[in-house]
Amino acid sequence: MKVEGKRRLWQDYQKEVAEDKFFYVRSCIRQTFFPGSERAFIKIIGTELGKEINEDPAHTSCTGIGYHTDIVPFETTQTVVARQFSLMTEAGLENYVPSCITSFGLYTEILETWEHFPLIEEQIRENLYKATQRTFNKPKNLAHASDVIFKFRHEIAAKAKHKLIDVHTGRPLRVVEHIGCHYSKMFPHKGIGGAEYPYVLAGMVEAWGGEVIDYPERRHCCGFGFRQYLVQANRGYSIACSQKKFESMQPYEPDMIITNCPGCPMFLDRWQYVIGEMEKVAYGPNGQMIPVFTYEEVAGLVLGYDPWELGLQMHQVNCEPVLDKMGVQYDPELKYKGSKGEFLGVPAIPEFLKCC
Amino acid sequence: MSKFGFTILKDQQLDYDNLSRDLALHIQKTEPSISSCMSCGSCAGSCSASRFTQFSFRKLVINIQRGNDKQIVNEIQKCMLCGKCMLVCPRGVNTRNVIYQLRKVLNEKKHHEV
Repeated sequence: MKVEGKRRLWQDYQKEVAEDKFFYVRSCIRQTFFPGSERAFIKIIGTELGKEINEDPAHTSCTGIGYHTDIVPFETTQTVVARQFSLMTEAGLENYVPSCITSFGLYTEILETWEHFPLIEEQIRENLYKATQRTFNKPKNLAHASDVIFKFRHEIAAKAKHKLIDVHTGRPLRVVEHIGCHYSKMFPHKGIGGAEYPYVLAGMVEAWGGEVIDYPERRHCCGFGFRQYLVQANRGYSIACSQKKFESMQPYEPDMIITNCPGCPMFLDRWQYVIGEMEKVAYGPNGQMIPVFTYEEVAGLVLGYDPWELGLQMHQVNCEPVLDKMGVQYDPELKYKGSKGEFLGVPAIPEFLKCC
Repeated sequence: MSKFGFTILKDQQLDYDNLSRDLALHIQKTEPSISSCMSCGSCAGSCSASRFTQFSFRKLVINIQRGNDKQIVNEIQKCMLCGKCMLVCPRGVNTRNVIYQLRKVLNEKKHHEV
């Protein structure tokens, strides 16, 4: 990996991320896919780093999924987003931090639209006022939650209890970083490192001791893409994208994958099982799969959080190989027990893949 | 596989490092009018053979450009050389001669391989 040229390109795409007083908005699908991640983010920013982070239970979906599947018109989406901004304004905050990559892309798109077409902004303000009697200020700073973790990556590294290093060999873990398409492919200047060489996750991996893998299909979509997934018969398009990525990364023998999008960890995680069952292939060593994590989960592991509190039992691919390499202590008996000790149920064992 | 309700689609990415342009260049040389094709599909819409088979001259042109020789060998056998496609082509492509030249060169290649 020739990093010199890439570092120069990364420097051209820097963005301002607020220091404190965040208005955090959760993602619709992350709360069901990987509910521990958002909780971990709030704990890291609020408790570990001592920053002010606020939420509002009146926050709703940004309608991004409906917008990208042509179900919700753009005008409606803009009005809903304007309402989200009004919640931030009512809280007296200016730094808007969405958890979802698609929301981040959509907020960016809407703010850009309003900047270039002020009459549309006026129309949306009128729509919102007529519907809810609300007014709003636009955020002074819009940053994705991964931007915030990136900003404080060295502070997290300073508090690290574990590093992305194999404790048995001293070798840095080989990490595939996968950035959600809506992070910077639409508006490269709004992402750290731009569209071709986004540095947001690579920076975290490097700061926490890991080694980033540069492989041919690094910037390929994971395959989520809304339309090709929502209709079951179309899922062949989705899984073909993931398969192309896995085949491209496999020769580099990654220890783990880190992602910053709601859909990417879901699909890179679940599709490994489906491809394994369909085609009898495994992309990890010894018939196993490659563990997939969100950046909050990795930050939580680095900070020494309990893996089951982070919700790692919600993953299709077992995370234990990475925990063992990092030297994270965990109790296997508690994996499928809830916070009150109740039994959560155990997933079925795959026919082909080795998971335990 | 049936338990998932879908299959993994085959990759449609073209790798021009592994594709041969020989056939496309040969056809362009022997029937230059093929360069005028704009893939409108009038030929395929008027094709008698397409009533009974999956034959499509438009698809054939794409396969020539992409160097998918194996698919072309089977496809050109379906054409009856009636020439209706020539009559409807808005760009005046001599479609019948394209098929004729393809058959000629691919047959020669086949005999040569044997």
